[in-house]
Amino acid sequence: MTGAGVTAARPVVELGDLALDEGAHLLIKRALAAADEIWVRGTAASLAIDLPAWCRAQGHRLAERGGGFVIGRGPDRWTGAERAGTIAAPVERPPARWGLAARGALVEAGARELDLPLAERAVVWADEAARLYAQAAAAQWDPATAIPWPSPGEPAGHPEEVEDAVVQVMTYLIENETAALLVPTRFLGKLHPQFREVMQLLAIQAADEARHIEVFTRRAQLRRGVLGLSTAGGQASLATLFDEPDFAIASFLLSVLGEGSFLALLWFLRDHAPDRCTRELARLAAQDEARHVAFGLAHLSRHAALDPRLRDRLAAAIERRHAALAHTAGLNAEVFDALILLAAGSWEPAALRRGHAAVVALHREMDDGRRQRLARLGFAPEVAAALSALHTRNFM
Amino acid sequence: MRDLILGAVAYDAKVVPIWEGFRAYFAAHGLAFDFVLYSNYERQVEAHLRGEIDVAWNSPLAWIATARTPERRAEAIAMRDTDRDLTSVVLVRAEGPIHQVTDLRGKRIGVGATDSPQATLIPLCALAEAGVEGEVVRHDVLVGKHGDHIGGERDAVKALLAGAVDAACVIDGNRLAFARDGLFGPGALRAVLQTERYDHCNFTVLDGPELTGGAAGAPPAIARFRELLLAMSYDDPGVRPLLDLEGLKAWCPGRTTGYAVLERAVDRFGMRA
Repeated sequence: MTGAGVTAARPVVELGDLALDEGAHLLIKRALAAADEIWVRGTAASLAIDLPAWCRAQGHRLAERGGGFVIGRGPDRWTGAERAGTIAAPVERPPARWGLAARGALVEAGARELDLPLAERAVVWADEAARLYAQAAAAQWDPATAIPWPSPGEPAGHPEEVEDAVVQVMTYLIENETAALLVPTRFLGKLHPQFREVMQLLAIQAADEARHIEVFTRRAQLRRGVLGLSTAGGQASLATLFDEPDFAIASFLLSVLGEGSFLALLWFLRDHAPDRCTRELARLAAQDEARHVAFGLAHLSRHAALDPRLRDRLAAAIERRHAALAHTAGLNAEVFDALILLAAGSWEPAALRRGHAAVVALHREMDDGRRQRLARLGFAPEVAAALSALHTRNFM
Repeated sequence: MRDLILGAVAYDAKVVPIWEGFRAYFAAHGLAFDFVLYSNYERQVEAHLRGEIDVAWNSPLAWIATARTPERRAEAIAMRDTDRDLTSVVLVRAEGPIHQVTDLRGKRIGVGATDSPQATLIPLCALAEAGVEGEVVRHDVLVGKHGDHIGGERDAVKALLAGAVDAACVIDGNRLAFARDGLFGPGALRAVLQTERYDHCNFTVLDGPELTGGAAGAPPAIARFRELLLAMSYDDPGVRPLLDLEGLKAWCPGRTTGYAVLERAVDRFGMRA
């Protein structure tokens, strides 16, 4: 019989004709895990060559005895190993020496430390992360099939200049979604993998943005060979997000305020875009953005509850950003006008009046949303109103 | 006190991180240590004899070259646990016409590099002592590095599998390593000869009082070097990666009883076969 038997004195491992180059070492390792010394017997022709060589390499002691080999367990590389927390939940401050090990794995001592500065549960964690990740994974949509792209050559059904307005809005969306992809990704590379669910969520968030960039680009190209305008002011606004080194502040400015405002913009497009394809892609993108906002709110609420000074830092960040952008133009006039024309759908004065009113309502809705979210983070209503008013005129 | 200088042969790029790691370990324990890398053992032995290095990390052949130098007294002060009690094997194709070692008389014997103790000198000596001489087919990978590079042995086994030679000589551990790499299937090759046991590398010093005999009067830096080596524990996660890189679990005191078969091989063939 091949396998591990046990005698009172020392366990006997019968290898049969299984050779070391056929996996016999597994039986030996298994037996040595349970006993300091074992007796190994086997009939493989190469056993007398391979077993001493294998034991030497492993640091095990070996002696020939009674037609077999007695092996004494050598040094164990798992001395001093530690669990990287538990599989169920992250620890408060995972050490850098756990590196990329799976949460809950037994980590060998002496591994190289990795530079993972985002390693504080209070700063990055939200209990909702696992649920939001699962929701995101289930809600991924295929741009090729989820959106009713028009057939080649199908007439637009709206005036040429309204199409230009759509292209301008798409150009603006692509630029902003690029920021929304890159900003969390930069933090993702610094996040300790102990916070697995947050890591997964940020990754799928980046995949969401990649998909949005794809569909906005494809929509813009439907009937045009060139894209619209990108302004210095818009880029200056996004640069302040891109350069923000603090995870909480970046998350607050991007997810809670920026993507929160974008939600309203995407709903606006869902309701007012001139064609079904644009309305549908805006609806799908808004679903994704809502999850991003939810995670930002969840981990910042938790963070603020643990660190009462966080709200002051967040408020200061809004004021600082406002000051930094004071000299810029804010939302470019082309985007503003494009939104009016897009919502109007034609050059008829009555239609333009409706479009203009819709854009004014959009601004109001964005402001309402920001104030509500600030209130959820514990800001008093009057403070929330003041801070919302300081938010970048570029929306994101 | 000036740095203790160790000489080692750069048989692979990993030699640099190994000795940088040891340098840091010794520095952390108050021993000023540095190393010089040579491209071959002959140059290292010459430098050692000229006094340019204090300790040589020597192949067994370099040890013999040093130990046989007239009017010099060489001592092996420490060695790896994995360098003790090695054997080499002469492999043939299991389904081939060679059934016993004497069947190899006059046949093509695939060996490693011409100066490899384990894959050339020792097995050829064992074959000769068994009355077998044949056509020696060398697989010279990095001559001067005394077979430290595994490539020559691998090439010898490939030649055996391809039918270009009738036997291949390798160190015991490489038989298993090549089989696990999938170079040949289980049972495809058979050993017709296993050599007597022998030892491999050691740290060699010259002309001092015997360290292994108690170290009285030995240069303090060399005594400290040996003491720190022997104190390295595999249980210590700080030094374990170094020991893993260098391929050992523990440093042992040096011994010279394991070089008898290589001495006979050198007497028979010289430093190269």
